[in-house]
Amino acid sequence: MAAQNPARTIEGDGDSRVYWEGIAQGELRIQRCTICARSIFYPRSLCPHCHSDQLSRIVASGKGTIYTYTVAHQAYGVFASEAPFVIAIVELEEGVRMMTRIVDAPRERIAIGAQVHVSFQISAEGITLPYFRLLD
Amino acid sequence: MSNRAAIVGVAESDLGRTPGKTVLQLQAQAARGALDDAGLTFEEVDALFCAGNWAWSTNLMLAEYLGIRPSYTDSTNIGGSSFEAHIGHAVAGIEAGLFEVALITYGSTQRSDRSRGRGDYNFRLSEQYEGHYGMPAPVGAYALAAMRHMYEYGTTSEQLAELAVATRKWATLNEKAMMRDPISVEDVLNSRMIAEPLHLLDCCLVTDGGGAVVVTSAQRARQTRKAPVWILGHGEAHTHNTIANMPDLATHGAALASGRAAFERAGMTPAQIDVAEIYDSFTITVVMTLEALGFCAPGEGGAFVSNQRTAPGGAFPLNTNGGGLSYCHPGMYGIFLLIEATRQLRGECGSRQVSGARTALAHGTGGVLSSAATVILGKDG
Repeated sequence: MAAQNPARTIEGDGDSRVYWEGIAQGELRIQRCTICARSIFYPRSLCPHCHSDQLSRIVASGKGTIYTYTVAHQAYGVFASEAPFVIAIVELEEGVRMMTRIVDAPRERIAIGAQVHVSFQISAEGITLPYFRLLD
Repeated sequence: MSNRAAIVGVAESDLGRTPGKTVLQLQAQAARGALDDAGLTFEEVDALFCAGNWAWSTNLMLAEYLGIRPSYTDSTNIGGSSFEAHIGHAVAGIEAGLFEVALITYGSTQRSDRSRGRGDYNFRLSEQYEGHYGMPAPVGAYALAAMRHMYEYGTTSEQLAELAVATRKWATLNEKAMMRDPISVEDVLNSRMIAEPLHLLDCCLVTDGGGAVVVTSAQRARQTRKAPVWILGHGEAHTHNTIANMPDLATHGAALASGRAAFERAGMTPAQIDVAEIYDSFTITVVMTLEALGFCAPGEGGAFVSNQRTAPGGAFPLNTNGGGLSYCHPGMYGIFLLIEATRQLRGECGSRQVSGARTALAHGTGGVLSSAATVILGKDG
């Protein structure tokens, strides 16, 4: 796949540049509101909870649990040949949820509530993404 | 009952496979059909409502094509629920005296275009945090909700299949439905897995098609061709855009809010609804919507649809045209819910007619359980 789809990096935009730079360096960066102290994902310019613009960045621990998941048996474009693969929404221990993939895990061990940790891997598009693996 | 505004005309365009047709042709056909149904003319239309992504401004293109010059226009696009939202907006505009005859249209050639699932790697703005994971959309998002619903409430694939089976039974009674061969629970469970736990037969169809609805004031409605179908209540809400930002994946929060508002405005309760047309993009969508609208308690949607309760002859007539699962689903299905609800209240549904139906509910869900709009309808007498 990588040969057909040469590696590329995501430059990001005014909100996401710092996030994608973090991914490239092996850091999962999220925001935290300095007013209401809640964690925020994805990056924004205003806190979606209290609407303050006083936001700081933190590096997430990379640990979390599976909030829900699905096994995609059909996918499109560059992802089609990867099916079946596991898509999940992971809840990080900092309290935010994000979409990801669960990789390197037998199907029968994947369950809601299972503990996972981040694993940066190169996707079929040739982009480094924060995937997750089961915590042993 | 406050008779504020009414649906006075409805029509579909050609449905299913419409090779060679454009979205403008389908909408022109449906619009003329709906105006004929009402006994109104294009000259009388002073407000245009439309949703789609086939032009940078759908309303400018469509109005010019139809040869109308509306003095009010609304292209609100919140996905498949847009048309139920348009009903609420039209009622508000009519009550405010801004216009008198609203034409609501939809058209799609997605099946002939083979546009569904075409890879798009230009994930912009907040799409960039989900698109790169390759989840098949929207089915993957609904699968994530279904898995959580099963985890929290014990909902089963068999219960979801019951809904697909019952909906297919309604389709056998609708000659316009695309899929009319009866299916069994086993057929659903044995159909190809798309995104666990959703099988192929848990998913709506991919078809072409269009529809139109005409709404007018109470006064004008009394002069139209057929008995008015009164808009008794409406509500709309949206809660998120990306599925990871849905507040609770086991609860259709948007439907909870839109349903509450619609029932409150109508001064009615779920028990007073005779026939329900509820957006069935996927079987799980309906289960979660039934709970959110209060037809059953949270978590009981699976049990509620069991034993073919929603099938013809069952206690709860639901999706009586065969739904998005078996009749047609051209991308944004919401307008067809309004068309069928109106026809049921007029008694125009032949062998699938719910006898004695006096009230109906049409509920649209859009995006990835992102938006919802609920419309409660009734007839005189």
